[in-house]
Amino acid sequence: MNSISPNIALFIPCYVDQFFPNVGIASLELLEKLGCSVTYPIGQTCCGQPMANSGYERDTAGTARHFTEIFKGFDYIVAPSGSCVLHVKEHSPKIAGMEKEQKGIQDKIFELTEFLTDVLKVENLQGSYPHRVGYHASCHGQRGLRLASSSELQEAPYNKAHHLLKNLKGLEWVELSRKDECCGFGGTFAVTEEALSIQMGKDRLEDHLSHQVEILTGGDMSCIMHLQGIASRNRENIKFKHIAEILNEAIS
Amino acid sequence: MSSREQILSAIKGIERESKQLPDIPEFPQTENLQKVFKDSIQGNKGEVLSAIEFEEWIASLGDQKIISVSSRFPNLSTIKLPSDPHQLNDLNLAIIDGQFGVSENGAIWLEEENLKLRALPFITEHLVIVLDSQKLVPSMHQAYESIGSKHSGFGLFIAGPSKTADIEQSLVIGAHGAKSLRVVLL
Amino acid sequence: MSHPENASAFLKDQSKAKWHDETLWFVRDKRDRISKTVPEWESLRNLASQIKDNVLSNLDNYLEEFEKNALKNGIQVHWAKDAEEHNAIVLKILKEKNCPAIVKSKSILTEECHLNPYLEKNGIEVVDTDLGERIVQFLNQPPSHIVLPAIHLKKGEISELFHEKLQTEKGNEDPEYLTHAARTHLREKFLGAKVAITGVNFGVAETGEFVVCTNEGNADMGVHLAETHIACMGIEKIIPRRKDLGVFLRLLARSATGQPITNYNSHFRSPATGKEIHLVLVDNGRTAQLAREKFRNSLKCIRCGACMNTCPIYRRSGGYSYGSTVPGPIGSILSPGIDLNKYSSLPFASTLCGSCSDVCPVKINIHEQLYEWRQEITKAQGTNGKSLSMKLANGIFRSPLAYRISGKLMRIALKNLPNSLIYHPINSWGKGRNLPETPKETFKEWYHKNRS
Repeated sequence: MNSISPNIALFIPCYVDQFFPNVGIASLELLEKLGCSVTYPIGQTCCGQPMANSGYERDTAGTARHFTEIFKGFDYIVAPSGSCVLHVKEHSPKIAGMEKEQKGIQDKIFELTEFLTDVLKVENLQGSYPHRVGYHASCHGQRGLRLASSSELQEAPYNKAHHLLKNLKGLEWVELSRKDECCGFGGTFAVTEEALSIQMGKDRLEDHLSHQVEILTGGDMSCIMHLQGIASRNRENIKFKHIAEILNEAIS
Repeated sequence: MSSREQILSAIKGIERESKQLPDIPEFPQTENLQKVFKDSIQGNKGEVLSAIEFEEWIASLGDQKIISVSSRFPNLSTIKLPSDPHQLNDLNLAIIDGQFGVSENGAIWLEEENLKLRALPFITEHLVIVLDSQKLVPSMHQAYESIGSKHSGFGLFIAGPSKTADIEQSLVIGAHGAKSLRVVLL
Repeated sequence: MSHPENASAFLKDQSKAKWHDETLWFVRDKRDRISKTVPEWESLRNLASQIKDNVLSNLDNYLEEFEKNALKNGIQVHWAKDAEEHNAIVLKILKEKNCPAIVKSKSILTEECHLNPYLEKNGIEVVDTDLGERIVQFLNQPPSHIVLPAIHLKKGEISELFHEKLQTEKGNEDPEYLTHAARTHLREKFLGAKVAITGVNFGVAETGEFVVCTNEGNADMGVHLAETHIACMGIEKIIPRRKDLGVFLRLLARSATGQPITNYNSHFRSPATGKEIHLVLVDNGRTAQLAREKFRNSLKCIRCGACMNTCPIYRRSGGYSYGSTVPGPIGSILSPGIDLNKYSSLPFASTLCGSCSDVCPVKINIHEQLYEWRQEITKAQGTNGKSLSMKLANGIFRSPLAYRISGKLMRIALKNLPNSLIYHPINSWGKGRNLPETPKETFKEWYHKNRS
């Protein structure tokens, strides 16, 4: 781990703030346990992704400007969401006069597991988590941020989440039949293409259930919220946790 | 303005960044050309025979309409090559020389002078291609090097028998063209 | 109908939809496995992408070179700026040849130009000879997939169809039996046609030759028996050099169906003695797409269909749900360029998962273009309820106070609204999914209490 203590900002996506505060708490506590000094800039709101993916990127300039102002002074920005991080990196509209600050933010914003493996260089995490865990590879983290190798590409296999979880005592990592297929959340897709979204979610869930997964985890609460919503509607016997919650519990 | 001019001038009017045409590098090549080639042909649902196996097979055939345009087996024809391919509708077997084979995929290169009639390898019920085992190249890159800038009116790679999977993705051999491909490796 | 309506109708037949998903996944999986047996796979994709980029940046010169060489080889070259002109050129040749019936192998371009109905209206019998295409032609349907035209049909349906059209045994669903019945039926059509039409996979500028790939051998059966071969080619199908074929033929079939190469790969350079080859070069919106910088590289497509097989939406909604000639991810970035209004729901028929871009053998950034088309479509649609709510959202997210207030209101509302309202059928989220439990405080509130 780096010897100098960098100035880290925690970015908690709006829906995590509102609906999944425990994921925010786990992310914060986890980073602190790993020796980081973390600030949560209190004025933060949203990255603008839901609007941009709906075709209104141009209307997110105010949101992007606010985001840039809030986060520009930090060495690193860490968020427990691949999807929001990808948005900030690739789809924030250019703000005139703030190009340098925006570029700076795009270079120093990291998804949580990416930050742990690539910046903190966490190896051999010690802890215990005696459960059968299935990992949902959210697409924006998977193919956008390249958090794991893609089944379509010819590349050496890797998975940053697996790298962090693999040494936890008792944790059984479950290999799925379709290891990186989309769950069908897709932001507004979840409501505009409701039937498809539900079918895709059911299929993804079935892959975990048929492999006797006890806890389904991932790096994006949006996908997990969607899968959990379907599972709870159909009274499936499976639990859901963000990977920050697992890591934070395991190493305490 | 003709459509040709309209299309070309429309394209010329579009500002485009120039993009360089890449060189095609050499890739590491497989060692065992014959084995890989045989596996490829089998994967494509063809069969590879030795000369002896082929001669035994030919001898086992009964009364068949056969045309051989192969220089290696010139005496196997039982009918004459017509000038109109429509007359080949009931041809049982065509025997043709291939120029070279490609190990990675089993494709065999043939040109008009090998075929005599362009329709021959398609209209025949069964097809035999005769190939020199020394004439194998690892991949399609070397294949096009071998073809070079030679000019033939018609050339093709054949890699297997006619096949389809258009009904529920079930593989069926013998869609329109030859129902089997035998490659005689000399 | 829009994509969501069509998709929802497709999903009504659950077992067929599941079969469709699993069958196409199987094809994708086969593609994954065979691509991994080629160590230089990613280099080949890079090369193919660079070659096509070069083609698009020099398309005018390559077309002129291609034409010059083709003419030298004795091929007759025609130019069509749109579908109408393309169809008229084909009809004119057929009239000159006094040809009442033609055979045609797979050509997505002629589908795009609606050539079949045009020729039929002019009294010409058109027989599609690819087995899948013949099946959908009997049903008066377009192909539902560009490589697997009849993938939406089960063998039982094909068996019934063939019983009616080809007098096969009732109830015999054996694919081999049905395929061989089609063979016999189509053999007659091949023997009787004076003109054969094919598509073109690649046109080589350097030599003036063009390449047609099939597994069935139907393109060759048609053209070598006919007196005249008409090849219809989109202007973007050009490649510079003969050796570039080495790159593309290594990628095409592996990407399309997971096989190392198509069984027949025919290189047409000159007509056989006494015969004619006509080549029709078609624009039909391609120069317009070339002019759209963000969407230009969609013209690199080699029509392998891999993006359809991998697309979790396509697999679960079927080709017809798109309502466009080319369905699936690539269709969703090509079609809005043809008619923005008609195809406005297609770029939204995606979760932007990105699998299409990773599977594409010529590295088209399909999912990024879907995102870009969304921006264009909302702009073209102007102000409406949705755009107002987006502006409102931006107003909320740019102001921390407004965000806190609206967030709180939202959570209070969710907590107190009766379930009957949240799970009302018009609420799309609640139809098949529960909402998360509303926590007692936000993270922000927790942080305020515990850390600051």
